[in-house]
Amino acid sequence: MTFINYASREINCKIVYYGPGLCGKTTNLQYIYDSTATQAKGKLISLATESDRTLFFDFMPLELGTVRGFKTRFHLYTVPGQVFYEASRKLILKGVDGVVFVADSQEERMDANLESLYNLEENLRSYGYDLLKIPYVLQLNKRDLPNVIPTNDLTVELQRKGEPVIEAIASSGQGVFDTLKAVAKQVLTELRRS
Amino acid sequence: MREQRYHQIKAVMARLRLDSAARLVVLVDKDGQQIAVHGELGELDTTSLASLVAGNVAATGGMAKLIGEREFPTLSHEGERESIHISVIGRVLLVVVFDDRSSLGLVKLRSKQISQELAAAFAEIERDSEFATDALPFDEITDEEIDSLFSQT
Repeated sequence: MTFINYASREINCKIVYYGPGLCGKTTNLQYIYDSTATQAKGKLISLATESDRTLFFDFMPLELGTVRGFKTRFHLYTVPGQVFYEASRKLILKGVDGVVFVADSQEERMDANLESLYNLEENLRSYGYDLLKIPYVLQLNKRDLPNVIPTNDLTVELQRKGEPVIEAIASSGQGVFDTLKAVAKQVLTELRRS
Repeated sequence: MREQRYHQIKAVMARLRLDSAARLVVLVDKDGQQIAVHGELGELDTTSLASLVAGNVAATGGMAKLIGEREFPTLSHEGERESIHISVIGRVLLVVVFDDRSSLGLVKLRSKQISQELAAAFAEIERDSEFATDALPFDEITDEEIDSLFSQT
Protein backbone atom coordinates (compact mmCIF):
# COMPACT_ATOMS: atom_id res chain seq x y z
CA MET A 1 0.00 0.00 0.00
CA THR A 2 1.45 3.34 -1.02
CA PHE A 3 2.37 5.39 2.03
CA ILE A 4 1.91 9.14 1.70
CA ASN A 5 3.32 11.22 4.53
CA TYR A 6 1.98 14.76 4.18
CA ALA A 7 4.03 16.02 7.13
CA SER A 8 7.41 15.05 5.67
CA ARG A 9 6.04 15.33 2.08
CA GLU A 10 7.13 11.86 1.08
CA ILE A 11 5.55 9.13 -0.92
CA ASN A 12 6.81 5.56 -0.61
CA CYS A 13 5.90 2.72 -2.97
CA LYS A 14 6.79 -0.97 -2.75
CA ILE A 15 7.88 -2.87 -5.85
CA VAL A 16 8.51 -6.62 -5.70
CA TYR A 17 10.61 -8.61 -8.17
CA TYR A 18 9.15 -12.11 -8.44
CA GLY A 19 10.19 -15.17 -10.45
CA PRO A 20 11.67 -18.66 -10.32
CA GLY A 21 15.00 -19.49 -8.66
CA LEU A 22 18.11 -18.11 -10.41
CA CYS A 23 16.08 -16.05 -12.92
CA GLY A 24 18.00 -12.86 -12.06
CA LYS A 25 15.86 -10.94 -9.55
CA THR A 26 18.80 -10.09 -7.30
CA THR A 27 20.91 -9.29 -10.39
CA ASN A 28 18.30 -6.68 -11.40
CA LEU A 29 18.55 -5.02 -8.00
CA GLN A 30 22.32 -5.26 -7.95
CA TYR A 31 22.53 -3.53 -11.34
CA ILE A 32 20.16 -0.74 -10.23
CA TYR A 33 22.20 -0.34 -7.07
CA ASP A 34 25.54 -0.21 -8.91
CA SER A 35 24.38 2.31 -11.48
CA THR A 36 22.47 4.74 -9.25
CA ALA A 37 24.01 7.90 -7.81
CA THR A 38 24.92 7.56 -4.12
CA GLN A 39 22.52 10.27 -2.97
CA ALA A 40 19.56 8.52 -4.66
CA LYS A 41 19.94 5.16 -2.95
CA GLY A 42 20.17 3.59 0.46
CA LYS A 43 21.96 0.36 1.33
CA LEU A 44 21.30 -2.84 -0.60
CA ILE A 45 20.31 -5.35 2.05
CA SER A 46 20.62 -9.00 0.99
CA LEU A 47 19.36 -11.70 3.30
CA ALA A 48 21.06 -14.57 1.51
CA THR A 49 22.41 -18.03 2.26
CA GLU A 50 26.14 -18.73 2.36
CA SER A 51 25.94 -19.76 -1.28
CA ASP A 52 24.41 -16.37 -2.20
CA ARG A 53 20.90 -17.64 -2.79
CA THR A 54 18.20 -15.27 -1.51
CA LEU A 55 16.96 -16.60 1.83
CA PHE A 56 14.34 -14.03 2.74
CA PHE A 57 14.61 -10.91 0.58
CA ASP A 58 16.85 -8.26 -0.95
CA PHE A 59 15.89 -4.68 -0.33
CA MET A 60 16.98 -1.33 -1.63
CA PRO A 61 15.37 2.09 -1.28
CA LEU A 62 15.60 4.27 -4.38
CA GLU A 63 14.77 7.95 -4.39
CA LEU A 64 13.58 9.04 -7.80
CA GLY A 65 13.09 12.73 -7.30
CA THR A 66 10.35 15.19 -6.49
CA VAL A 67 6.94 15.43 -8.05
CA ARG A 68 4.45 18.09 -6.99
CA GLY A 69 6.66 18.83 -3.97
CA PHE A 70 6.62 15.22 -2.79
CA LYS A 71 9.80 13.14 -2.52
CA THR A 72 9.14 9.93 -4.41
CA ARG A 73 10.79 6.85 -3.00
CA PHE A 74 10.56 3.31 -4.31
CA HIS A 75 11.33 0.38 -2.05
CA LEU A 76 12.56 -2.47 -4.23
CA TYR A 77 12.31 -6.03 -2.92
CA THR A 78 13.08 -9.45 -4.34
CA VAL A 79 11.60 -12.71 -3.12
CA PRO A 80 13.47 -15.99 -2.68
CA GLY A 81 12.81 -17.95 -5.87
CA GLN A 82 13.43 -21.45 -4.63
CA VAL A 83 10.19 -23.41 -4.30
CA PHE A 84 10.67 -24.44 -0.66
CA TYR A 85 10.87 -20.83 0.57
CA GLU A 86 7.16 -20.42 -0.12
CA ALA A 87 6.25 -19.16 3.38
CA SER A 88 8.76 -16.30 3.36
CA ARG A 89 8.14 -15.49 -0.31
CA LYS A 90 4.48 -14.86 0.40
CA LEU A 91 5.30 -12.46 3.25
CA ILE A 92 7.20 -10.11 0.96
CA LEU A 93 4.14 -9.49 -1.21
CA LYS A 94 2.26 -7.89 1.66
CA GLY A 95 1.48 -4.26 0.88
CA VAL A 96 2.93 -4.45 -2.63
CA ASP A 97 2.21 -1.60 -5.08
CA GLY A 98 3.74 -3.10 -8.21
CA VAL A 99 5.22 -6.42 -9.34
CA VAL A 100 7.94 -7.29 -11.85
CA PHE A 101 7.90 -10.90 -12.97
CA VAL A 102 11.42 -11.88 -14.04
CA ALA A 103 11.16 -14.86 -16.39
CA ASP A 104 14.16 -17.02 -17.26
CA SER A 105 14.18 -17.25 -21.08
CA GLN A 106 15.99 -20.59 -21.21
CA GLU A 107 13.98 -23.47 -22.62
CA GLU A 108 14.59 -25.76 -19.64
CA ARG A 109 13.24 -23.11 -17.21
CA MET A 110 9.84 -22.74 -18.88
CA ASP A 111 8.06 -25.00 -16.38
CA ALA A 112 9.69 -23.12 -13.50
CA ASN A 113 8.45 -19.81 -14.98
CA LEU A 114 4.90 -21.10 -15.25
CA GLU A 115 4.94 -22.56 -11.75
CA SER A 116 6.27 -19.31 -10.29
CA LEU A 117 3.73 -17.19 -12.18
CA TYR A 118 0.90 -19.40 -10.94
CA ASN A 119 2.34 -19.12 -7.44
CA LEU A 120 2.45 -15.31 -7.76
CA GLU A 121 -1.22 -15.16 -8.73
CA GLU A 122 -2.16 -17.43 -5.81
CA ASN A 123 -0.15 -15.47 -3.27
CA LEU A 124 -1.50 -12.13 -4.49
CA ARG A 125 -5.02 -13.50 -4.24
CA SER A 126 -4.41 -14.53 -0.62
CA TYR A 127 -3.86 -10.82 0.19
CA GLY A 128 -6.90 -9.77 -1.84
CA TYR A 129 -4.92 -8.49 -4.84
CA ASP A 130 -5.66 -9.42 -8.44
CA LEU A 131 -2.71 -9.72 -10.83
CA LEU A 132 -4.99 -8.40 -13.57
CA LYS A 133 -5.52 -5.16 -11.66
CA ILE A 134 -2.18 -4.28 -10.07
CA PRO A 135 0.77 -2.53 -11.78
CA TYR A 136 2.72 -5.33 -13.42
CA VAL A 137 5.58 -5.84 -15.87
CA LEU A 138 6.93 -9.02 -17.48
CA GLN A 139 10.69 -9.10 -17.96
CA LEU A 140 12.18 -11.78 -20.23
CA ASN A 141 15.66 -12.14 -18.82
CA LYS A 142 18.85 -13.89 -19.99
CA ARG A 143 18.27 -13.09 -23.68
CA ASP A 144 22.00 -13.51 -24.29
CA LEU A 145 22.04 -17.24 -23.55
CA PRO A 146 22.15 -19.76 -26.44
CA ASN A 147 19.11 -21.91 -25.63
CA VAL A 148 16.44 -19.24 -25.21
CA ILE A 149 12.81 -19.50 -26.33
CA PRO A 150 11.83 -16.88 -28.95
CA THR A 151 10.34 -13.74 -27.38
CA ASN A 152 6.98 -14.18 -29.10
CA ASP A 153 6.54 -17.72 -27.79
CA LEU A 154 7.46 -16.67 -24.24
CA THR A 155 5.07 -13.75 -24.43
CA VAL A 156 2.22 -15.99 -25.55
CA GLU A 157 2.89 -18.34 -22.62
CA LEU A 158 3.54 -15.81 -19.87
CA GLN A 159 1.78 -12.54 -20.66
CA ARG A 160 -1.37 -12.21 -18.56
CA LYS A 161 -3.06 -8.95 -19.45
CA GLY A 162 -1.22 -6.98 -22.08
CA GLU A 163 1.38 -5.82 -19.58
CA PRO A 164 4.66 -4.36 -20.89
CA VAL A 165 7.07 -7.12 -21.91
CA ILE A 166 10.73 -6.17 -21.69
CA GLU A 167 13.66 -8.19 -22.97
CA ALA A 168 16.62 -8.07 -20.64
CA ILE A 169 20.13 -9.18 -19.88
CA ALA A 170 20.20 -8.18 -16.23
CA SER A 171 23.86 -9.08 -15.77
CA SER A 172 24.87 -6.37 -18.25
CA GLY A 173 22.00 -4.05 -17.36
CA GLN A 174 20.12 -4.30 -20.62
CA GLY A 175 16.40 -3.73 -20.01
CA VAL A 176 16.83 -3.33 -16.24
CA PHE A 177 15.94 0.38 -16.00
CA ASP A 178 13.30 0.04 -18.73
CA THR A 179 11.61 -2.57 -16.54
CA LEU A 180 11.78 -0.43 -13.41
CA LYS A 181 10.52 2.61 -15.27
CA ALA A 182 7.60 0.66 -16.77
CA VAL A 183 6.41 -0.57 -13.38
CA ALA A 184 7.05 2.73 -11.57
CA LYS A 185 5.06 4.57 -14.18
CA GLN A 186 2.11 2.26 -13.68
CA VAL A 187 2.31 2.65 -9.89
CA LEU A 188 2.28 6.45 -10.15
CA THR A 189 -0.47 6.38 -12.75
CA GLU A 190 -2.48 4.16 -10.42
CA LEU A 191 -2.09 6.81 -7.69
CA ARG A 192 -3.52 9.36 -10.04
CA ARG A 193 -6.53 7.13 -10.65
CA SER A 194 -7.15 6.37 -6.99
CA MET B 1 -0.93 11.23 7.61
CA ARG B 2 -1.58 14.90 8.32
CA GLU B 3 0.86 17.31 9.93
CA GLN B 4 -1.07 17.72 13.18
CA ARG B 5 -1.28 13.96 13.79
CA TYR B 6 2.37 13.57 12.87
CA HIS B 7 3.40 16.03 15.56
CA GLN B 8 1.06 14.39 18.06
CA ILE B 9 2.71 11.03 17.39
CA LYS B 10 6.21 12.49 17.52
CA ALA B 11 5.40 13.94 20.95
CA VAL B 12 4.33 10.50 22.21
CA MET B 13 7.55 9.00 20.83
CA ALA B 14 9.65 11.69 22.51
CA ARG B 15 7.98 10.91 25.85
CA LEU B 16 8.59 7.19 25.41
CA ARG B 17 12.23 7.77 24.59
CA LEU B 18 12.71 9.87 27.68
CA ASP B 19 10.78 7.57 30.03
CA SER B 20 12.55 4.45 28.82
CA ALA B 21 16.02 6.06 28.58
CA ALA B 22 16.20 4.75 25.01
CA ARG B 23 18.52 5.78 22.22
CA LEU B 24 15.93 5.84 19.49
CA VAL B 25 12.23 5.24 18.87
CA VAL B 26 10.97 4.36 15.39
CA LEU B 27 7.46 3.74 14.08
CA VAL B 28 7.18 1.46 11.09
CA ASP B 29 4.16 0.10 9.29
CA LYS B 30 3.83 -3.64 8.75
CA ASP B 31 4.75 -3.23 5.07
CA GLY B 32 8.18 -1.89 6.05
CA GLN B 33 7.60 1.83 5.53
CA GLN B 34 9.08 4.14 8.13
CA ILE B 35 6.41 6.42 9.61
CA ALA B 36 8.36 8.51 12.12
CA VAL B 37 11.64 8.46 14.01
CA HIS B 38 12.80 10.21 17.17
CA GLY B 39 16.14 10.12 18.99
CA GLU B 40 19.86 9.70 18.41
CA LEU B 41 20.06 8.73 14.76
CA GLY B 42 23.82 8.87 14.26
CA GLU B 43 24.75 6.93 11.14
CA LEU B 44 21.85 4.52 11.53
CA ASP B 45 20.10 3.66 8.26
CA THR B 46 16.51 3.77 9.49
CA THR B 47 15.03 2.94 6.07
CA SER B 48 16.80 -0.42 6.10
CA LEU B 49 15.97 -0.88 9.78
CA ALA B 50 12.27 -0.34 8.99
CA SER B 51 12.31 -2.91 6.22
CA LEU B 52 14.14 -5.50 8.33
CA VAL B 53 11.88 -4.94 11.35
CA ALA B 54 8.82 -5.53 9.16
CA GLY B 55 10.44 -8.66 7.70
CA ASN B 56 11.30 -9.85 11.19
CA VAL B 57 7.76 -9.32 12.48
CA ALA B 58 6.29 -10.95 9.35
CA ALA B 59 8.56 -13.99 9.79
CA THR B 60 7.81 -14.44 13.50
CA GLY B 61 4.12 -13.83 12.76
CA GLY B 62 4.33 -16.70 10.27
CA MET B 63 5.93 -18.88 12.94
CA ALA B 64 3.18 -17.91 15.40
CA LYS B 65 0.49 -19.05 12.98
CA LEU B 66 2.29 -22.36 12.42
CA ILE B 67 2.06 -23.17 16.13
CA GLY B 68 -1.52 -21.92 16.44
CA GLU B 69 -0.95 -18.39 17.78
CA ARG B 70 -2.40 -15.30 16.11
CA GLU B 71 0.85 -13.35 16.40
CA PHE B 72 3.66 -12.57 18.83
CA PRO B 73 2.84 -9.09 20.14
CA THR B 74 6.40 -8.23 21.20
CA LEU B 75 9.89 -9.19 20.03
CA SER B 76 13.21 -8.44 21.69
CA HIS B 77 16.77 -8.82 20.48
CA GLU B 78 19.52 -8.25 23.01
CA GLY B 79 23.06 -7.53 21.86
CA GLU B 80 26.27 -6.91 23.77
CA ARG B 81 25.78 -3.15 23.75
CA GLU B 82 22.70 -2.29 21.68
CA SER B 83 19.30 -3.94 21.86
CA ILE B 84 15.97 -3.69 20.09
CA HIS B 85 12.44 -4.10 21.38
CA ILE B 86 9.50 -4.27 18.96
CA SER B 87 5.81 -4.04 19.87
CA VAL B 88 3.07 -4.85 17.37
CA ILE B 89 0.27 -2.26 17.66
CA GLY B 90 -2.30 -3.17 15.01
CA ARG B 91 -0.78 -2.29 11.62
CA VAL B 92 2.05 -0.37 13.25
CA LEU B 93 5.33 -1.55 14.78
CA LEU B 94 6.85 0.41 17.65
CA VAL B 95 10.63 -0.07 17.66
CA VAL B 96 12.80 1.01 20.59
CA VAL B 97 16.59 0.90 20.23
CA PHE B 98 18.39 1.09 23.57
CA ASP B 99 21.79 0.51 25.15
CA ASP B 100 23.08 -0.05 28.69
CA ARG B 101 21.64 3.26 29.85
CA SER B 102 18.33 1.40 29.94
CA SER B 103 17.09 -2.18 30.40
CA LEU B 104 14.75 -4.54 28.59
CA GLY B 105 12.35 -4.54 31.54
CA LEU B 106 12.02 -0.76 31.53
CA VAL B 107 11.63 -0.56 27.75
CA LYS B 108 8.97 -3.30 27.79
CA LEU B 109 7.05 -1.57 30.55
CA ARG B 110 7.13 1.89 28.95
CA SER B 111 6.31 0.54 25.49
CA LYS B 112 3.31 -1.28 26.88
CA GLN B 113 2.13 1.80 28.75
CA ILE B 114 2.24 3.91 25.61
CA SER B 115 0.80 1.33 23.20
CA GLN B 116 -2.82 2.22 23.85
CA GLU B 117 -2.17 5.88 23.28
CA LEU B 118 -0.51 5.15 19.96
CA ALA B 119 -3.26 2.70 18.96
CA ALA B 120 -5.83 5.46 19.60
CA ALA B 121 -3.80 7.99 17.58
CA PHE B 122 -3.55 5.59 14.63
CA ALA B 123 -7.27 4.84 14.82
CA GLU B 124 -7.80 8.61 14.47
CA ILE B 125 -5.46 8.70 11.47
CA GLU B 126 -7.47 5.95 9.79
CA ARG B 127 -10.66 7.87 10.47
CA ASP B 128 -9.02 11.02 9.05
CA SER B 129 -8.11 9.25 5.83
CA GLU B 130 -11.63 7.80 5.47
CA PHE B 131 -13.10 11.27 5.53
CA ALA B 132 -10.30 13.00 3.67
CA THR B 133 -11.78 15.12 0.94
CA ASP B 134 -8.79 17.07 -0.25
CA ALA B 135 -7.21 16.01 -3.52
CA LEU B 136 -4.12 13.85 -3.60
CA PRO B 137 -1.05 15.57 -5.00
CA PHE B 138 -1.01 12.98 -7.78
CA ASP B 139 -4.51 13.56 -9.06
CA GLU B 140 -3.34 15.57 -12.03
CA ILE B 141 0.17 14.26 -12.50
CA THR B 142 1.16 14.21 -16.15
CA ASP B 143 3.07 11.57 -18.10
CA GLU B 144 5.85 14.12 -18.62
CA GLU B 145 6.22 14.56 -14.85
CA ILE B 146 6.49 10.80 -14.38
CA ASP B 147 9.12 10.59 -17.13
CA SER B 148 11.09 13.45 -15.66
CA LEU B 149 11.39 11.60 -12.32
CA PHE B 150 13.71 9.15 -14.02
CA SER B 151 15.87 11.80 -15.57
CA GLN B 152 16.50 13.21 -12.07
CA THR B 153 18.07 9.92 -10.91
